[in-house]
Amino acid sequence: MSDGETIRVDFKSVLGKFSLQANFAAPARGVTALFGPSGCGKTTVLRCIAGLTRVEDGLCIVAGDVWQDPGGAFLPTHKRPLGYVFQEASLFAHLSVRRNLMFGAPRGKARTRKGKIAFDEVVELLGVTALLDRAPGKLSGGERQRVAIGRALLSQPKLLLMDEPLSALDRATKDEILPFLERLRDRLSLPIIYITHSIAEVERLADQIVLIEKGRVIGAGPLEELQSDPSLPLAVARDAAVTLDGVIAAHDSGYGLLTLTIRGGSLIVPAPPAAVGGRRRIRVIAGDVSLAREKPGLSSILNVLPARIVSAKPVGDQELVAVLTLGADETGARLLSRLTRKSWEALGFTEGMSVYAQVKAVALAPGRGELE
Amino acid sequence: MPPEIWVPIRLTIELAAITTLTLLIVATPLAWWLARSRAAWKEAVAAIVSLPMVLPPTVLGFYLLILLGPDGPGGAIASLWGARTLAFTFTGLVIGSIVSSMPFVVQPIRNAFAAIGDRPLEVAATLRASPRRAFWTVAFPLASPGLLTGAVLGFAHTVGEFGVILMIGGNIPGRTRVMSTAIFDFVETMRWREANMLAGGMVVFAFAVILSMILLEKRFARAGA
Repeated sequence: MSDGETIRVDFKSVLGKFSLQANFAAPARGVTALFGPSGCGKTTVLRCIAGLTRVEDGLCIVAGDVWQDPGGAFLPTHKRPLGYVFQEASLFAHLSVRRNLMFGAPRGKARTRKGKIAFDEVVELLGVTALLDRAPGKLSGGERQRVAIGRALLSQPKLLLMDEPLSALDRATKDEILPFLERLRDRLSLPIIYITHSIAEVERLADQIVLIEKGRVIGAGPLEELQSDPSLPLAVARDAAVTLDGVIAAHDSGYGLLTLTIRGGSLIVPAPPAAVGGRRRIRVIAGDVSLAREKPGLSSILNVLPARIVSAKPVGDQELVAVLTLGADETGARLLSRLTRKSWEALGFTEGMSVYAQVKAVALAPGRGELE
Repeated sequence: MPPEIWVPIRLTIELAAITTLTLLIVATPLAWWLARSRAAWKEAVAAIVSLPMVLPPTVLGFYLLILLGPDGPGGAIASLWGARTLAFTFTGLVIGSIVSSMPFVVQPIRNAFAAIGDRPLEVAATLRASPRRAFWTVAFPLASPGLLTGAVLGFAHTVGEFGVILMIGGNIPGRTRVMSTAIFDFVETMRWREANMLAGGMVVFAFAVILSMILLEKRFARAGA
C-alpha cells in the first residue's frame, strides 16, 4: 500500500482509566470498521482523526495528506476534508432539512468542481426528497440520521467518519438505514471509517476491521482474515462467523436457490431472484459448518465443499474451532467450523487434513445473516 | 403633554436604547467567553460582572461617581472635549447604566450559549465552517432567544434604575432627569397627578415587557421542540 491510498493513524495518550495506543493503517477505500466493546476508546480515536480531540502525540495521514504529526503539525477540523456522522444526528435545529444538507456544501468557485457528490443523487439515495422543507424537529429518528449522513456527504469529504450511526435507533429504524449504508458503500467510492460494537453491522458493511480493546489495537486487516484468525477474539466467540463476498453464478427459479461463486468453491443459498453476475455477501456461522472425512452419500445438505483444515483451537473443554480453506490450495476462502472435541477425536481430524465442509443451505438463507 | 413629562420619557428611552445596544455588543463576546472558556478564573470575572445585582445602588453609584468625577478616569476622558467631569452628564448615565445592567444581559446570553453545548459547533467544524462562520451561522442563531431575553431585561432594568441614576446623574431637567427620578421629584413636590402619569406608564410598560417575554419564550420553546 503506498501512502497515497492509505489511512495511517497513531495516537498515544492517557485517557482516564487506560492509555490510548491506537496505531493502524487501513486502505483508503471501502468500509473500515473500528470494532470493540463500549468504552474501549473507539470514539476517541475517531475524534482524534477528525481533530475534534487533540492528543499531543498523534499521527494522522489520510491518502498522503498530513492532518497531524508528532512534530506539532495539526490541521484544524474545519480544514480537514472529512464528513462526520455522530451517534445522534445533531441536526441544526434552526435550519430546515434542505439548509442542513447544504450547510457544508462547497460555495463559490469550488461548487462547480467535477466528480462531486450531487445534491439530487444524495437526496434520492437517502430517500429524503419529501422532507426537504421540514424542520428537523418534525423528523423521526431514522429520517434525522439519514439527513445527517446526507449533510456529511454533501460537504464533499475525502473520508467519511461514522460513530455508531445506528446505535441510538430502534431495530426497525436500523433496518431502514442499513440498506442506505450498503448503497452508499457500493455507489460512492468514498472511504468510510465506521465505529460499531455490533458484530452484525461489521459483517454486513465492513471490508476491513480494526479491533480495539482498552484503548489498544489488537488486530487490523481485511475482515475475512481477522474473522478466521483463531488468535483473535472474533473466531472463538460463541457467534463466530465468516463473511464471504460471492458472485451470483446462477439462479434456480424453480427452487428459489442462488449459486454463489466464492474463492475455492461455490455455495447454494435460498434467495429471491437476482441477476447473474451480481455480488452478494453472505455470512457463514461457525456452528453451522460441520466436517466429514468422506464425501457424504445421500444427505439433505446441499453445500458440500472440499476443504483443508488449516488449524484448530480448543474453546473451553468441550469444543474447538477449526479454520478451513476451501479447495485444494491455500488461496481459497476461509471458513470456520465449530465442533465438539468428541467428534474431532472420534473422526481423527488433524491439521493439514483434507475434509468436506458441509453447510445446510437454509443456514445461509436471508434472515440468518441479518442484524439481530 | 407638558415637557416635564415627555422630556424625561424621551431621555429614558434614549438612555435605555443606547445602553442596550452597547451592552449587546459588549456582553455577547463576554458571555461567549464565560460559556466556553476553560480558564479557572473565569468565574471570578463572572462574579465581578454580577456584583451590581447584589450591591446597593448607592454603593455602586458612589464608586461610579468617583470614577466618573473630575479626579477619576471619567474626568480625564471628559477633558478630551474640554469638559471637567462625566458625572451629572448623559454620557455618565449611559456608563453607569451599562455597568448596573450588565449582569441582566450577560447572564441570559451566557446561559443560552452554554445550553447549545459543544456538539453543534463540532458539527459545523466537520462541515468546513471556520470558528467565525460557526459562530455567526450556528451559535448566534441558536442563542438568539437568550440574546433577545438579555436585550429586553437590559432595556427594562435601565428604564427602572433609580439609585445609581440619582447618585451619578443629579436629576438635572433635560439632561439627566429620567422617568424614575422625575417620579421621585414629582412626589417630593406633591405633584401627584404627574407622578401618577409616569408611574402608571411604567406599570403598563413593565406588564408589557413581562408578557411579551413569556409569549416569546413559549414561541421559542415550540419552535425548538
